[in-house]
Amino acid sequence: MSIGTLTREVFDIKDLNLWYGEHHALKSINFPINKKEVTAIIGPSGCGKSTFIKTLNLMINMVPNVKMTGEINFNGQNVLNEKIDLVDLRKHVGMVFQKGNPFPQSIYDNIAYGPRIHGVKRKKDLDEIVTKSLMDVALWDEVKDRLHAPALGLSGGQQQRLCIARALATKPDVLLMDEPTSALDPISTLKIEELILELKEKYTIVIVTHNMQQASRVSDKTAFFLMGELIELDSTSTIFSNPKDSRTEGYITGRFG
Amino acid sequence: MNSKTADRIATGVFITIAIIIISILVGLFYYILVNGLKHVSLDFLTSPSSNVRAGGGIRDQLFNSFYILLLTMLIAVPLGIGGGIYMAEYAKPGKVTDIIRSCIEVLASLPSIVIGMFGLLMFVNLTGWGYTILGGALALTVFNLPVIVRVSEDAIRSVPRDLKEASLALGITRWHTIKTVILPSAFPSILTGAILASGRVFGEAAALLFTAGLSTPRLDYANWNPFSDTSPLNIFRPAETLAVHIWSVNTQGLIPDVEEVSNGAAAVLVLSVLIFNLLARWIGSMIHKKITATK
Repeated sequence: MSIGTLTREVFDIKDLNLWYGEHHALKSINFPINKKEVTAIIGPSGCGKSTFIKTLNLMINMVPNVKMTGEINFNGQNVLNEKIDLVDLRKHVGMVFQKGNPFPQSIYDNIAYGPRIHGVKRKKDLDEIVTKSLMDVALWDEVKDRLHAPALGLSGGQQQRLCIARALATKPDVLLMDEPTSALDPISTLKIEELILELKEKYTIVIVTHNMQQASRVSDKTAFFLMGELIELDSTSTIFSNPKDSRTEGYITGRFG
Repeated sequence: MNSKTADRIATGVFITIAIIIISILVGLFYYILVNGLKHVSLDFLTSPSSNVRAGGGIRDQLFNSFYILLLTMLIAVPLGIGGGIYMAEYAKPGKVTDIIRSCIEVLASLPSIVIGMFGLLMFVNLTGWGYTILGGALALTVFNLPVIVRVSEDAIRSVPRDLKEASLALGITRWHTIKTVILPSAFPSILTGAILASGRVFGEAAALLFTAGLSTPRLDYANWNPFSDTSPLNIFRPAETLAVHIWSVNTQGLIPDVEEVSNGAAAVLVLSVLIFNLLARWIGSMIHKKITATK
């Protein structure tokens, strides 16, 4: 892990191919991801963007019949080749899903869940982690009086922010977000976007989104995927003002997708 | 016939079916309780049964029923949930798993008298124990295990996938995820399955005839040493349960008050199942509320 601190890249993906059975879902992807930047991944449905983000914490392994070749270097360590400890990888690479998925437990227990199992035992330390994580996602003021109420009683937007807090509680380096606002109303979406801009001070964020305005608002880099290929990866301003590939231009100007 | 008429007819048919089911149930309860409760008294519940004289009670049979239930559940529930976890989380889809699943289904459909005969061979003769509570509990475990495995598997499978993903993505191991997220979510359905299985244990006679036996030794309820012959807690003594008692007094009873005893015992049996059900559900919902933090 020490090599990673010297370079700007937290992830370096080289020639990644992925098959679901016979279906070639990712085709020789080369993709560096820089530290403390927000990288947005856009593309039409079925282009492989969700598949790609799930390879970064190897959640893709839950799908049966998946085969991968190439390299996914995380802080200089290839997570595909070496005997990687999944638990350790996922502690460093947190994930937030499409729909808020809090556990059917109290707000407090949801956030304390990860740290508790990873060995934080003292109540004082747990309290501190819960408070800090909730403050990080700007949920503290809304829930501080009902930390022991069920998490499922929160609104959709609050649930999603709780899930982000839960992911932050294990102190990851990278936060993966798979269409985190697709099930939310515009106001909740705006709150999450503001949150992303704050979180990038401390975390590396990779966000999959089908909303191009969202990509342009929150990200530093944008990647465009099409039919399992990475078509273009550049700074967000370049992608949206002066894309090099005509397919990227076609997609962002709404000609297809 | 237009679809509105069809809709009205369908509604009528289903209401009729519901009424039929409810009236059968109410009639059954009414018959059993009206005929039985008049013979139930504190004396009936607290005195031992008699083989020849009138006025015997059901004290030992009642205790035996609950004791066998407890013992069966202690063995069957952990095994059953373990099997369910294996089938839902660990078994790879394929031929072997299909064969295991077919075996479980065949086991679930075995007639209880056949399980009783198997129990006689295995837990009575082969082990040399004779008729014992443990033998009876093991036979009932064979009888109930498939149901509990099946129910647990279904309960675990119906836990939303995104809860499991959320836990694994936090870097939590598979076993910890099962223990802290999946099992608590599946708990209410597993509990329902266990309660249904308990009802079967209470009512089962055929599987116990040849395993726990038709007699109960003289018991001393002050003797709590489980290794003593007269202790009710001894698991190596024969034990006639309530359901078996009802069967035996009706088929081979020599007592003059056969009808009173069997009606009274039937009423007690039905009420026991009812009270046990309600109690188990109540305790279960308390536990569930505590885990899920709902008030």
